[in-house]
Amino acid sequence: MYNPRLAWMLVAPALLLLVFFLLLPIAVMAVYTFFTFITAGVEASTLTLANWHEFLTDGYYHGFLLKTIRVGALTAAICGVLGYFPAYFIWATTFKHKWLLLLLLIVPFWISFTIRTFSWIHILGEQGVINVTLLKLGLINAPLQMLYTEGAVIMGLLHFLLPYMILNVYVSLESIDRTLISAARSMGCTSAQAFREVTLPLSLPGLAAGLLLCFVLAAGSYVTPQLLGSGRDALFGNLIYDTIMGQLNWPMGATLSIVLFVILGFFAAIYTRYMGMSQIVKGLGG
Amino acid sequence: MKLSTTKRLERLHDRYANGDLNRRSFLTLTAAAATTAGLSLPWAGRALAAGTEVRFDGWGGVVQEAIDKYAFQPYTAKTGLKVVQGTFGDENEIITKIKTSKPGDFQVIHSSGVNYYIKYVNAGVTSELNEANIPNLANVLQPMIEPFRKLTPKLSAVPYDYGTTGLAYNTTVISPEEAKEKGAGLLADPKYAGKIGGYADMTTRVWYAALAIGQDPNAISDIEAVWAKVRETRDLAKKFWSSGAELMDLLSKGEIVVTDAWSGRVAALQDQGHPIGYLDPAGSYAWMEDMLVLKGSPMAECEELLNFMLDPATAIAVAEGQSYPPSLDPTKVKLTEKIEKLPAFDPTGTMSSLTFADPIYWADNEDAWTKQWDRISKGA
Repeated sequence: MYNPRLAWMLVAPALLLLVFFLLLPIAVMAVYTFFTFITAGVEASTLTLANWHEFLTDGYYHGFLLKTIRVGALTAAICGVLGYFPAYFIWATTFKHKWLLLLLLIVPFWISFTIRTFSWIHILGEQGVINVTLLKLGLINAPLQMLYTEGAVIMGLLHFLLPYMILNVYVSLESIDRTLISAARSMGCTSAQAFREVTLPLSLPGLAAGLLLCFVLAAGSYVTPQLLGSGRDALFGNLIYDTIMGQLNWPMGATLSIVLFVILGFFAAIYTRYMGMSQIVKGLGG
Repeated sequence: MKLSTTKRLERLHDRYANGDLNRRSFLTLTAAAATTAGLSLPWAGRALAAGTEVRFDGWGGVVQEAIDKYAFQPYTAKTGLKVVQGTFGDENEIITKIKTSKPGDFQVIHSSGVNYYIKYVNAGVTSELNEANIPNLANVLQPMIEPFRKLTPKLSAVPYDYGTTGLAYNTTVISPEEAKEKGAGLLADPKYAGKIGGYADMTTRVWYAALAIGQDPNAISDIEAVWAKVRETRDLAKKFWSSGAELMDLLSKGEIVVTDAWSGRVAALQDQGHPIGYLDPAGSYAWMEDMLVLKGSPMAECEELLNFMLDPATAIAVAEGQSYPPSLDPTKVKLTEKIEKLPAFDPTGTMSSLTFADPIYWADNEDAWTKQWDRISKGA
């Protein structure tokens, strides 16, 4: 029988963790946005709207916010296109050791994210594999500028995010009742029609969950643009880093952090409204 | 009689096993004990470490390797005190960590001289050294100590080494004559567009832009002209590096052919056989580094460590290892031939041949200029 007291007791540890390690820090950050910056590393608790005024009136921040959303959306879209096919292949294959394919997806996570990102320097750099090969083949006369560009940043993000997309789509495909596809085929659908009319629509929630995850992670990323991009390829996370770690201006850094949190939260909320969070949970759980 | 925690838990378990304690009380007391143990662990660990180790944070790479090999390892062998080490790429990064930590979490910092010393003083995290416990301080160059003493009559740091941020260039592409002729102008030379680098640091960028347009970096008369020059370099640069390791990587791999660079790192590259030249143009940016002890540190142990590090034998070995001249006064201590050949070495002990940043002037402009540099570096 359902016992509300027991239910609260069971959920209490998780709730306490959320309150102390998520809500409370965010609340502290929110309060910091109203503090007064004195000089590098020094702020006063005198309340002011100056930080919000600066954010709302300074086009520099708006430009980077829009750029971050654009790069995040583009990365997520490419992840969606590139990630769907491997997920479909893993789902559809009759290979008896399917677990091995899933394991291959997880293997990159065993290597440090920073090292994986650094590895692109040796691929895209002037002395990197691509340039050296093209030069030796005589296809180019001078090295191509690939590193420290927006393209390199998106490449690095794809490398990092693609497994999340594939896992999400795969989980969604796995939940499809295969007899529906058989039924479609028995009613005269070709393979392509069965895919278009049955498989694709039923896997869309997983695809959408993957898109949201990839977008949020890409838009919130800081290391990849720092290592693979030039200053111009910075994202909003880099602005936050510079403000907090470079200028030691915590009140403004907190303001920018809250802005990014609200924007990404807004997108997550829209998704939850239309798609439901269960897809993400399923995707993360593999 | 005083009972240990283990004994208490054993007695508790015995009472439970003998039926003297109901299950609810047993679980409650066990949970309380576990919570207490869990909460006290971080502090207990630190308390246990007190008196047996000192925490040091530095710039990593060849510099910290030299300090570790020639100072910390012999110090540990001599005293039994362990030096636990951390690294940072940018000193503001460690200041942020210090602000968010408890006093004592960070103890000794390899800091970038007076410009940064002000930040620690403003943040209220400096300590007061008992100079009587650091007799080797008597051998340190007075011109290096004085700027620190102007800010805090009681020192919180001891100067340890110095160097310059000069121009490093690939000698297979740029001749020494060309480097000498163009000087700071090399950093905005369209001929090397896409092959220029620079330190991603406001002071260095403003300093070299000012030199390139003939302004005094310690009394800039037209900051807008300086920013225009900074933008010019930005547009021609391939990458602004942010750590010594990245600088060495970019130069050694030929990704860039000219950059402003730390003298010691260039010396390390030259030792490795890379075709890299180094030039200190007129007014080249000189800086000093110090060993800063933070508030809440075990002072006696830290002072003992600093004294050991300033011992001539140790300081000379470290200097040779990290390729930066030591803060020892060459008129008081006989230095080696290798040190005398290091870039930036001042044999007079007056430091008059080096141009340091005026700490007050730069501190006054630091906030606004850092903000502007951050924007320019991102394309503004």
